[in-house]
Amino acid sequence: MRGPREVDRPPGPGSPGPGRGRPLPGGVSRGPGRPLPSGAQKLPTPIPPGPSPRLGVEGEKSSLVRPYAVTGGRTQPRYQLQIEAMVAASSYEARDLSVLSPECQAILGFCRDWRSVAEISAVLRMPLGVARVLVADMAVEGLVRVNQIDHSHGGPDLNLLERVLSGLRKL
Amino acid sequence: MTSVKIVVAGGFGVGKTTFVGSVSEITPLTTEAVMTSASTEMDDLSQVPDKTTTTVAMDFGRLTLDAGLILYLFGTPGQHRFWFMWDDLIHGAIGAVVMVDTRRLADSFPAVDYFEAAGIPFIIAINGFYGEFPYGSKDVKEALAVSPHVPIVRCDARDRNSTKTALISLVEHAMTMQMTATQ
Repeated sequence: MRGPREVDRPPGPGSPGPGRGRPLPGGVSRGPGRPLPSGAQKLPTPIPPGPSPRLGVEGEKSSLVRPYAVTGGRTQPRYQLQIEAMVAASSYEARDLSVLSPECQAILGFCRDWRSVAEISAVLRMPLGVARVLVADMAVEGLVRVNQIDHSHGGPDLNLLERVLSGLRKL
Repeated sequence: MTSVKIVVAGGFGVGKTTFVGSVSEITPLTTEAVMTSASTEMDDLSQVPDKTTTTVAMDFGRLTLDAGLILYLFGTPGQHRFWFMWDDLIHGAIGAVVMVDTRRLADSFPAVDYFEAAGIPFIIAINGFYGEFPYGSKDVKEALAVSPHVPIVRCDARDRNSTKTALISLVEHAMTMQMTATQ
């Protein structure tokens, strides 16, 4: 298992490398010899750092179990949910919601309008991974509807991009 | 309801959250991802009660583009060692705006490297602090050693119109890349 790769530091001011970048006047350029796309080693690995991550400015040490207690310890959602996937509470059937966990009730309450997984995580103050597990469970149980684009063939298609462009221009 | 996303990347303090906030219809929110030392094959945390976690914060904003379409803008976590989150974040994204502060140009190299390698459409947005742009786009482009077709825009991250223009430039670039790829 590898941790996220450290970046090759580019040459500092006054020591421009022989590579592709030409320095800004008095500045730096992007370093020489960058391996291109085939270089798997250049890509950050999706696997988090090794057994004892060093914690830094943005890091905060805490028990691993606590945030995931509400998911019964599961970290993997039942199906893949994008961070921007839209979630809405299903139309209410006659259903006893009091049997749901407080977290699930909060999600149902918040998602009367369409909200993203990211918003659920941010507004209801639950880690992204927890929100994903809970929303996926709730979708399987029919409590919420989920809308997300199938990205298996890449990013948004041209029609959708046209719509985005036209929306941005009208802002 | 359909949603799309754009990633805003760049070095720490380059103005990513300001950029997101200037155009977002909501005050930027922060989502926290709990990173564990667990690898992907482990999905039962009860087995490892003594492992620790790292919390990574990510700011994002939202724009309603039409009655059925919402655009989310996600700022990447600033520290390089959290790149492993980016794969998840950029999956399915329209593309990325890489923000550059020409006083600390090197801070943007990792992001440029990343999006180049991932083949994701991106543009360079030079954030002119105090409206100052001491270097020309051409100089910046050469210093970053990006491909000639990568658009470079000057922007003021605090200004809604400026941010909007940068986003439009990215979407147009993403469309060009798609049309070129399908020809």
